[in-house]
Amino acid sequence: MKIPYYPGCTLNTVAKDFDTSAREAATVLGLELKELDQWNCCGASFPLTPDNVMGLTAPTKVLVNARKEGDTVTTLCSVCYNVLKRTNKAINDDRDRRNLINEFIEEEYDGSLQVIHFLEVLRDRIGFDKVKNLVKRPLKGIKTGTYYGCMLLRPFEDIGIDDPEAPVIFEDLLRSLGCEPVEFPNKIECCGAHLAMGNEDVVVRLSGNVMTSAIDSGADLIVTSCPLCQYNLEKSQKRLVQDTADYSGIPVLYFTQILGLALGQSEDMLGFEKNICDIRPLLKEKGV
Amino acid sequence: MKIKISKENLQSEFVRKVERISGETLSNCYQCGNCTGGCPVSYEMDYGPSQIIRLLQLGEEGLLMNANSMWVCVGCLQCYSRCPKCVSAANILEALRQLTLRKGTDHENVSDLPFPFLKNAPQQAIVCGFRKFVS
Amino acid sequence: MSRIGVFVCQCGNNIASTVDTKKVAEEMSKMPGVVYTCDYKFMCSAPGQENLREIVKAQKLDGVVVSACSPHMHEKTFRKACESAGLNPYKCEISNIREQCSWVHHDKTKKVGTIKSIDLTRMTIERLKKNRPLKNINIPVKKRALVIGGGIAGIQAALDIADGGIEVILVEKEPSIGGNMARLSETFPTMDCSQCILTPKMVEAELHDNITIYTWSEIEKVDGYIGNFTVQIRKKAKYVDEQLCTGCGECIEKCPFKADNEFEMKLNKRKVIYTPFPQAVPNIPVIDAPHCVKIQKDKCGACAIICGPNAIDFKQKDQIITEEVGAIIVATGYQLMPNERFGEYGYGKIKDVISGLQFERLASSSGPTGGEIIRPSDGNVPKSVVFIQCVGSRDEKKGVAYCSKVCCMYTAKHTMLYKHKVHDGQSYVFYMDIRSAGKRYEEFVRRAIEHDGAMYLRGRVSRVYERNGKIVVQGADTLSGNQVEIEADMVVLATAILARDGADTLAQRLGIGYDKHKFYNEYHPKLRPVETVTGGIYLAGTCAGPMDIPDSVSMGGATASKVLGLFSSDEMSREPITAIVNRAICNACWDCLNACPYSAIEKESENDRHGNILRWLAKVNDGLCQGCGICVAACRSKCIDLQGYTDEQVYAAINAF
Repeated sequence: MKIPYYPGCTLNTVAKDFDTSAREAATVLGLELKELDQWNCCGASFPLTPDNVMGLTAPTKVLVNARKEGDTVTTLCSVCYNVLKRTNKAINDDRDRRNLINEFIEEEYDGSLQVIHFLEVLRDRIGFDKVKNLVKRPLKGIKTGTYYGCMLLRPFEDIGIDDPEAPVIFEDLLRSLGCEPVEFPNKIECCGAHLAMGNEDVVVRLSGNVMTSAIDSGADLIVTSCPLCQYNLEKSQKRLVQDTADYSGIPVLYFTQILGLALGQSEDMLGFEKNICDIRPLLKEKGV
Repeated sequence: MKIKISKENLQSEFVRKVERISGETLSNCYQCGNCTGGCPVSYEMDYGPSQIIRLLQLGEEGLLMNANSMWVCVGCLQCYSRCPKCVSAANILEALRQLTLRKGTDHENVSDLPFPFLKNAPQQAIVCGFRKFVS
Repeated sequence: MSRIGVFVCQCGNNIASTVDTKKVAEEMSKMPGVVYTCDYKFMCSAPGQENLREIVKAQKLDGVVVSACSPHMHEKTFRKACESAGLNPYKCEISNIREQCSWVHHDKTKKVGTIKSIDLTRMTIERLKKNRPLKNINIPVKKRALVIGGGIAGIQAALDIADGGIEVILVEKEPSIGGNMARLSETFPTMDCSQCILTPKMVEAELHDNITIYTWSEIEKVDGYIGNFTVQIRKKAKYVDEQLCTGCGECIEKCPFKADNEFEMKLNKRKVIYTPFPQAVPNIPVIDAPHCVKIQKDKCGACAIICGPNAIDFKQKDQIITEEVGAIIVATGYQLMPNERFGEYGYGKIKDVISGLQFERLASSSGPTGGEIIRPSDGNVPKSVVFIQCVGSRDEKKGVAYCSKVCCMYTAKHTMLYKHKVHDGQSYVFYMDIRSAGKRYEEFVRRAIEHDGAMYLRGRVSRVYERNGKIVVQGADTLSGNQVEIEADMVVLATAILARDGADTLAQRLGIGYDKHKFYNEYHPKLRPVETVTGGIYLAGTCAGPMDIPDSVSMGGATASKVLGLFSSDEMSREPITAIVNRAICNACWDCLNACPYSAIEKESENDRHGNILRWLAKVNDGLCQGCGICVAACRSKCIDLQGYTDEQVYAAINAF
């Protein structure tokens, strides 16, 4: 199965591990993530004011290019997913905006594309059962804090991937890999997002809350699907480790890295060494 | 603090502009405070999201535009997600940002941004930050 | 030639300010067949009516037009006046020159209003000339009543009707009557124990000679019309012979299996053969068939072995009972919105987040904890309890837009009950507005705050989660403008009141209306609050919308008075505005039968002397016909007409325009 894939800017640069681990895992699952021939930045934020049509032009361009390659496009980054899916819906639902954008970018796009997250590919197209059958290295006893953040879930009526208050898609995936997902209070709370620019204190507080609440709930590691969450968590972790005596840290990984690990990819290929908190001692300790 | 309430303020061009840009109807908000209760950054805001909407309902421009709230909002949509009246405080705060940025007033000075941030941060943080803070 | 009198009402200034009534009267006097006209200040006043009567007699009128307000207001008044003057009431017509003329025209020169009034009155005069005298229809009434739902509203209605000497069938779908009120601990604002005031009424209903109770039963089918309903009731198998059972309860003792206890809001388990609570009426257990090992797998049977009078009957089948009644009272009550819909409040995940009705059971001395407030998770006494109001109510996104009306009051009651039982406890209430309109209600809420120390916080709760064994409640206090966080031991959700599942199906069976929330519609929200659009069917209690116990009881009583009024004579008289079939030209195409929303068209055969069917005809059942006229429109051979609104009358009016 071949599926058109939009990596987005960050996965091409600082979150390269996210991209490569996903492509590798997909291969094992009999899937090819086919990168779009042509793509541009999605804009990294869905314009919250409906009068901002300009902000929709870049993601629409992406959708137009993706539509040329099929009726579906998948993403890994939560933000890209959010922006593309909401833009697609806006174009589908709102004829005025659709006409305006089409005129501007000189295209005829109708919103007929299906934007799905790679998690949905795993859940709905492959099936977690099948994933489970292909696991070579069951991650038994690893307690995972599944961090959804915001963009993967909200707003529900546009995104609709899962229950926005009590989502389970991440947990279900990790359970199929042998992990033991733990419930933690901040799993759908914000990491601080773009306040990384200029307001680091807020980011450290919010991301810190995410990590401490996961640790307090017994998590051994945190998984995420958003490079910005990962960055904010890791950056805050660096400061917390320095500044706080009793803060021991927690590995923060992309879900595809864990997926790859369970599917038998080599630890050395997954980029674990880049984390502030290394997962490898934990793996050894748990004997997986 | 005393707020002067008048017909002119309640129906001011400013209030109508915020409604138009945000696409939200201010009178829909019945001030239950769910947005403020769930906002991850309301502790940092001069006025929480529900108070921002209240000030708009009162037509109070000065206090609003001088408050830091719009610059602290992370756009996580928790406010909208749980609003029983389907009002998006995030959209309203974005409208306030837009009102500032569209006049060419930046919140962040690009040349002041630290080099390590520009080098290491994910592109999306930079792009998104520019969209929220820079005209 | 007709002898018609035209009476133009000024209605004080209501009509006279924009209509020149004198001019209208003058103009009308020029019409052929009109022998008398006048205008008058208030036609509906006693002297106005007297005047009308005298002129009908003096002028020997054979028709009357009153140009006045809407026929909804005074058609009956004037027809009655005409009747007492010896005129057929249906020879009196109203021309509406108030609601449809003077009130909607603001021309103070009276030009527009006067012209329109003249037009309207002229049309009515021409129409009146084609009126035929009609006689009211008398329908025999079966003087028995059916009450659907054995909660407090239904019980009250049944008792009041039965006390009036009328036989009542009370149908309840649970194993016992009592409804939701039986679940409550104490009741606001007097704090009397719910069971203590309810059970005497339940017993009274059981012992009343005029009341027959069918529990574990549901309405299957309803046919007929006001005064003459035929109702089929499904009496579900209890697997216990009600005649033989003595209610000793040994079977319940012996039953080795358990299932969720619905009466206790699933706070504990009950036996598979059970009565929902000790004071159940009737005190006869039922077997929960899906959980019964004997019924499902033919094992066990302990209850049958122990039962002295051999009342257990595993072979029992559902029974269909047919009852004939003249009136039906619907009192099916409410249910709570499922709390699971609010993931942010953790209900179902966090054990000590419970619903208001669960708290009632905890606080009830007959409840699973004997009235001790303890946490479902560990049995400890909660030292801080957060009550969240408006869960699902006034929530257009995930819940319902309306206010559930009783939550403000019962939450205040909960804080009091809690304080009375846990003296060193602290309660918190998140509210948006306190709605305490009612006698001694506001004082009650203030007592909870001032005397029993409930901390009221104005704002909604955004989320509830667990942290280190505590339940963290995060919300807003909008009065201080801050986000607030409370570490609680227990959280109680005041969940929205909903119409019962299946309320719509029952409404369709009964032919009554319901709103988008499936609450039943009253005939008129203010003036006919307990009647429905279908004659002979009345509403009581929360099936019509959220309300408290006093309101439910009042409504139950009100329906009883309606039923007793209806049954006060052997026959019931109704307006003859019904469809009538011209037997000569009906060709039995049955378009009318298919079109009629009231099933009022029947098939009638015309037979020869030997009983052979010669042909079929449509026939209108006067009891069922509501005079809507759909059959008239549907009839291809134009053989159906609507009495009082015949084509001839309508065309005459149109042609006069």
